[in-house]
Amino acid sequence: MNTGEQQKGGLGTDIIVYLCLLALSALQFIQAYSGGTGRGLAARLLIVAAVQALIAVLFFMHLRSERRSLVTFVTIFALFVLATMNYGWPDSFRLLGGAPFAK
Amino acid sequence: MSEANLTMTEHAAGLMEGSPFAIPSKKLAMWLFIISDTMTFAACLVAYGFLRNGTPDWPRPFHSVINVAFMTLILITSSLTMLIAVRAAQTGDKSKAFRWILVTAAAGAVFALLHIREWLALIDEGVRLFQNPWGSGLFGAAFFSVTGLHLLHVSAGVVALIVVGLRYQYGRYNADHLEVTGLYWHFVDIVWMFVVPMVYLLSIAR
Repeated sequence: MNTGEQQKGGLGTDIIVYLCLLALSALQFIQAYSGGTGRGLAARLLIVAAVQALIAVLFFMHLRSERRSLVTFVTIFALFVLATMNYGWPDSFRLLGGAPFAK
Repeated sequence: MSEANLTMTEHAAGLMEGSPFAIPSKKLAMWLFIISDTMTFAACLVAYGFLRNGTPDWPRPFHSVINVAFMTLILITSSLTMLIAVRAAQTGDKSKAFRWILVTAAAGAVFALLHIREWLALIDEGVRLFQNPWGSGLFGAAFFSVTGLHLLHVSAGVVALIVVGLRYQYGRYNADHLEVTGLYWHFVDIVWMFVVPMVYLLSIAR
């Protein structure tokens, strides 16, 4: 399995990654309290969350040490999920605005 | 070569076939589980976002997110302690690995307790599955579904950590099992990173 010699970096790297994740979480809270609303705030918060997830997957779950084929598989799937997540939201904006079908 | 031998040889070749992506089967199984679970959470979060966005009178009941900030700190820290446990196991330090597994499980348990406390506070304020004192009745169903699914994962993770940790301590499991369990625990952490902005930070009372 992916034993110690295969996993790049040591505990020092883990602690740096941990601090980065905490900093990004703090950034999310600051953004939320800074007064933004609506789509802009949601987009900013989700971008930070996506960056956090990417860092955690690469460093905590050691995906960067895995075979390229697995990395490709997971990447394609993640992009697919992100794409499908964005598929549903435009319709909720239509509900909010009552357009175009309500007209 | 007889037909029987030919069949045996072909069968043996099938058994010796390499694992997909050249990783051990249990690790691959965990990755596949994580991928499928990602779809589940994505569907729940999209449904939440859809309702949140399409409902003008969506409640904003969170006056303070200090509790959520503390829960986030605990969960991210538990990912670090999980890594320490896995690294200790990979270097053969059994007692250290077991100790850090227990620390991780304890952090997960504290997270779950804080989450339940928050639920109880909301229920005390009148939030139910299909009604609440502030606005759209869908808030309760959406909120409890998303956070409940995550809480279920955390609780299952705590149980899994304890079971795997004990089995590792008694020599029935090895470092590989801890690593696979760690993958699950990090995944739960990652999901929380999306739950916090979607559910809490966008619904801070102003």
